[in-house]
Amino acid sequence: MSNTEPLYVLRGLSKQYSRGKETIPIFSGLDMEIAHGEFIAIMGPSGSGKTTLLNQLGGIDSPTTGEVTFDGKRIDNLGQGALAKWRSDNVGFIFQFYNLMPTLTAAQNVELPLLLSPVKGSERKKRVATALEIVGIGDRAKHYPRQLSGGQQQRVAIARAIVADPKVLLCDEPTGDLDRTSADEVLEMLQLLNTKMGKTIIMVTHDPAAAKYAKTELFLDKGKFIKRGGKK
Amino acid sequence: MFKQISALTKLNIRSIPQRWGMSLATVFSVALVVLVLMAFLAMANGFRATLSGSGSTEVAVMLRKGAQAELNSGVSLAQLRLIREAPGIARNADGNSIVSGELYVIVDGLKRTTMTDVNLPLRGVEPDALVLRQGLKITHGHMFSSGSNELIVGEAILREFAGFDLGSEVRLGTATWKVVGVFSTGGTVFESEIWADAGSIQSLYQRGSGYQSVRAKLDGADGLKALQDWAENEPTLDLDIITEKEFFSSQASGITNIILYMGWPLAIIMAFGALAGAWNTMYASVEARTREIATLRAIGFAGFAAFVSTLVEALLLAFVGGLVGSMIAWLVFNGISASTLGGNFTQVVFAFEVTGEAVQSGIVMALIIGLLGGIIPSIRAARVPLLSVHSG
Repeated sequence: MSNTEPLYVLRGLSKQYSRGKETIPIFSGLDMEIAHGEFIAIMGPSGSGKTTLLNQLGGIDSPTTGEVTFDGKRIDNLGQGALAKWRSDNVGFIFQFYNLMPTLTAAQNVELPLLLSPVKGSERKKRVATALEIVGIGDRAKHYPRQLSGGQQQRVAIARAIVADPKVLLCDEPTGDLDRTSADEVLEMLQLLNTKMGKTIIMVTHDPAAAKYAKTELFLDKGKFIKRGGKK
Repeated sequence: MFKQISALTKLNIRSIPQRWGMSLATVFSVALVVLVLMAFLAMANGFRATLSGSGSTEVAVMLRKGAQAELNSGVSLAQLRLIREAPGIARNADGNSIVSGELYVIVDGLKRTTMTDVNLPLRGVEPDALVLRQGLKITHGHMFSSGSNELIVGEAILREFAGFDLGSEVRLGTATWKVVGVFSTGGTVFESEIWADAGSIQSLYQRGSGYQSVRAKLDGADGLKALQDWAENEPTLDLDIITEKEFFSSQASGITNIILYMGWPLAIIMAFGALAGAWNTMYASVEARTREIATLRAIGFAGFAAFVSTLVEALLLAFVGGLVGSMIAWLVFNGISASTLGGNFTQVVFAFEVTGEAVQSGIVMALIIGLLGGIIPSIRAARVPLLSVHSG
């Protein structure tokens, strides 16, 4: 698949949840294309469907109707096992609360995605060290999450997200739990990963200041994109 | 997949300290179940070992046909005289057959530990009884004199029951007896007996000239067959003839089974309690790590790996419980001396035996508790919704 083709193609994407007899639509008939190397910030009020959309893109939730195509292959109709394999091969997740394993060191946390690949032990160690160096906390490799600040923990999470060299990074409010300084450091890091390493980044955020780091800003409200902005 | 399972299992085990309280409760409850089970198994094993170890294949025991124990058997003097001439019985240097007509009487005793009344066996024996018990040694004092009110007592009697010290006088039935010796048979059931001259017992307990059992030294490997064949064709004899080893094995199985029939159900009932504990702990473990598990699955770890690793954690906790229970059982019970009612309604003194087989049973039971207690939480772990990655 050539890089001129979009990385993601969403066609007629709908998602609704059932609560008893009540059906709650999140979005419906959403069409969207995301190019390789994009850095998109998706903004919108609570309940607008930002995170739900991110879940569809990451294959951790399935759409009610519609198609999600990634790099030319549909992923919305994959089984659990195939979807897990697809995620490990293609997606790096960054969450608001870092989602690190508290009983593992920074290096061990970063190593987790590599355990799903055929990479050998010594090579894994090298890749982990490189990932930690990239995010600037190589000296914290043996620290446990509780020994790190919020910003440092999020850097570990970023290292974990990039260590297996995925095509896309999906970030759910990555600075939502950080002070401004740490948030800016993390956002600069993401920007660097996008510009220098060519990672496609899709970030959900409430924070307009965070969205400014993206190339494209999308505003989602009541299940529809209502405004586009950003540097592009 | 193995790498995934191994990584998640290590994660689970490392997170146990976060749930020390519940994990310890599981270990403790499983240990308790195993401890109770082991106590019964040790008791049954000890009792079985004492009785089974008591019999010799070179000695025949003769009881009235159909009698299950010496207590309800009877052998007349005429029958005993006939047996002395039977084939298949070994003879001593003087050419006399090695035979002992014996009586078995229940007398009162006092258990040292509880100071409660118990039944003790008073055995009347003839001189050949000493030859018929392998390894019998008078360890203190001397053998009783024929026709006297003298007793010798087994070492277990001296240890467990009051009033039988060497040189003391003891009132049994209507007579006063003097303890003149203590004997050892290497831990067999005979050490739980009091011995006196058969003639004295016949006289003091109004048994006439009769006996209750006869023991005879067999003449080689074919001795038993020769004796049984001869007895079959002897119309005045109506006896069951088996080796002493068989006799004690059958005696052991009844009581041993009773102990086991009590022990296993009790342990199983307690196991349900431990099962609930294990279930709770593993549920709590999965609940506490819902976001972690969801994150790992979002990264690409398989649900099966989450299932196996959770199950391994449950099995590990149960295994530790099993080991702890076994170790406590070994420290507390192994070798302790106790007595219980034997097949003749008298006390048999035996030592608890925590065997490797019992430890194995305990560990297997612990693992079953771990498996049953862990399986549903493990399924839950495998099915943690991926959307839980966003939970705060």
